Amino acid sequence: MSESENQNGNQNEEVGQEVIEQLDKFDELPDAPPKRKLKLSWIGKISTAIVVFWVVIAAIGPFIAPFHEMDMDGDDSFLDAHSNEYGTFYLGTDYLGRDTFSRIIWGARMTIGISLASTILAYLIGITLGIAAAVKGGWVDMGISRVNDAILALPSIMLGLIAIAAFGSSIPILVIIAGIIYASSVFRIARALGLDIMVQDYVEAAKVRGEGLWWIIKSEVLPNAAMPLATDFGLRLVFVVLFISSLSFLGLGVQPPQADWGSMVRENLAGLTYNSWAAVWPAFAIATFTIAINLIVDDISAKSGGSLAKKMV
Amino acid sequence: MMMQMALRRVWIGIATMFVVSVIVFIMTSILPGDVAQIVLGQSATPETLAVLRRELGLDQPAYVRYFMWLGDMATGDLGTSKAGGAAIADLIGGRFMNTMVLAGLVALISIPISIFLGLWAAMHPGTWLDRTVTFGTLSTISVPEFFIATLMVLILAVNLHWLPSTAMLRDNMTFLEFMRGMAMPIITLVIVVSAQMIRMTRAGILNVMSSPYIEMAILKGVPRGRIILRHAFFNAIGPIINVIALNLAYLVSGVVIVETIFAYPGLAKLMIDGVQTRDLPLVQACAMIFCGTYVILILIADIGSIVSNPRLRHPK
Repeated sequence: MSESENQNGNQNEEVGQEVIEQLDKFDELPDAPPKRKLKLSWIGKISTAIVVFWVVIAAIGPFIAPFHEMDMDGDDSFLDAHSNEYGTFYLGTDYLGRDTFSRIIWGARMTIGISLASTILAYLIGITLGIAAAVKGGWVDMGISRVNDAILALPSIMLGLIAIAAFGSSIPILVIIAGIIYASSVFRIARALGLDIMVQDYVEAAKVRGEGLWWIIKSEVLPNAAMPLATDFGLRLVFVVLFISSLSFLGLGVQPPQADWGSMVRENLAGLTYNSWAAVWPAFAIATFTIAINLIVDDISAKSGGSLAKKMV
Repeated sequence: MMMQMALRRVWIGIATMFVVSVIVFIMTSILPGDVAQIVLGQSATPETLAVLRRELGLDQPAYVRYFMWLGDMATGDLGTSKAGGAAIADLIGGRFMNTMVLAGLVALISIPISIFLGLWAAMHPGTWLDRTVTFGTLSTISVPEFFIATLMVLILAVNLHWLPSTAMLRDNMTFLEFMRGMAMPIITLVIVVSAQMIRMTRAGILNVMSSPYIEMAILKGVPRGRIILRHAFFNAIGPIINVIALNLAYLVSGVVIVETIFAYPGLAKLMIDGVQTRDLPLVQACAMIFCGTYVILILIADIGSIVSNPRLRHPK
């Protein structure tokens, strides 16, 4: 896969090289860091387009959807594509005669929004604690790491089920549960990266210079950990989407009548026997989103020599 | 030396189980608040509340309740279900066996398939075959389990009419009927679990392929197929055992979805029903069984990699 694309990439690189050299004089220094240029293969480009498409839909969905998520305007349930006096039902209707197409557009906001909020929460918790553990060391590190090991020792879906049994299910609770569960893997990566960076010469130099702890974190640790963490964000988002939609599919996540891709699959399962695709489309929507993110991450880590991929497992 | 290392892992496993039990207990017994209040709801008077609290042992401090609960669990007294008041051990018995049969069959089918496909892809890196396998497995691990299950129902049950769309298990079924009933859940889980195993097997072999002694073999003129089967495979066995055990642990979350979608009468279905009705004692018991199985499988993975890798046996 990569060989032919690398050749293409090299040609492009040669053309652009001169311009870049003129632009950035620091590259001439002997100890300049290697240039990080993000070049995606065509698979990566298509995937990026898909992800951007879904994020845009999530943002503007309710304004462009032909129907409201709760409108029961279809002629009957589980119909194929048809139109009536209210409008056209491009993907047919669901088990209550609602427009599947519009509900997928509405559902994008719910599924992607909740997942994004959970992942960001996971990152806030994970990075804060991870960098704190790496910088402080000692009993802070010990304490947080042991609790973290215990959370990592359990399957995430089990933790989710226990938590929902205990607290019930609502959107804020879902975000908090997913955020805490996935913070544990972010913590592990952030801590490992932090430990790596803290022993580098430039951190040593900063300490000798008399820089404060906060300055070192802000100006040395975070910028150097940013790139691996950003790639990992994609992977983590996939896990969270799968987690949230699995819970919704089990009837424990987003509650009806709100549209969410996972719960839409569950609601319309019965339609499969009538050969209705109402359950397939939302599942397909999840699949395109998650596969696309994974392909982008794969592309980036293949280009950066694979060392990144190893850190992220 | 090896025994010591293995024993150390067993101790870590027991300690993990202990911590897990604390987490489960805190989340289900302390954080939700006063269980007596939840059970009695609005109609509670201070007197009935006090009586129920005493009955449930809620007047004791938390750590006493924890150890009483742990003791009951360890001696097989899993408590009584909130719904109907049936003994949880009775509810779980048969369903646990069903889940074990499902998981066992899935393991039996998916392990040979994964190792074969992983080896095959590694033997022909960069070809269309390798790309198909890589893309297919990446897609499979990035979609939810219920997507695979939905597709399988649509193709195998609705369009081709080969298999029933739900798993119906009755008593005195013939073997053929039994296998037909089990087929859908098994096929779905095999696809889900194999994908990760194929990827890791392929990666494991390709990793070994980049070592100097393989380069030596290539320079000697040994054919590629022989290098992989005779030289690389045996050195990749350690990581592969590890991957297999980890992915069987991954089955734990797979069964939750698959048992629900196919209405398979297993432990995971029981647990989901428990979560929906917020039957906390039932959820506690199921969670402990699942987490216990998970920890044991991870332990096997750890010990497997110690046994198969001499370098781990003699840590510096």
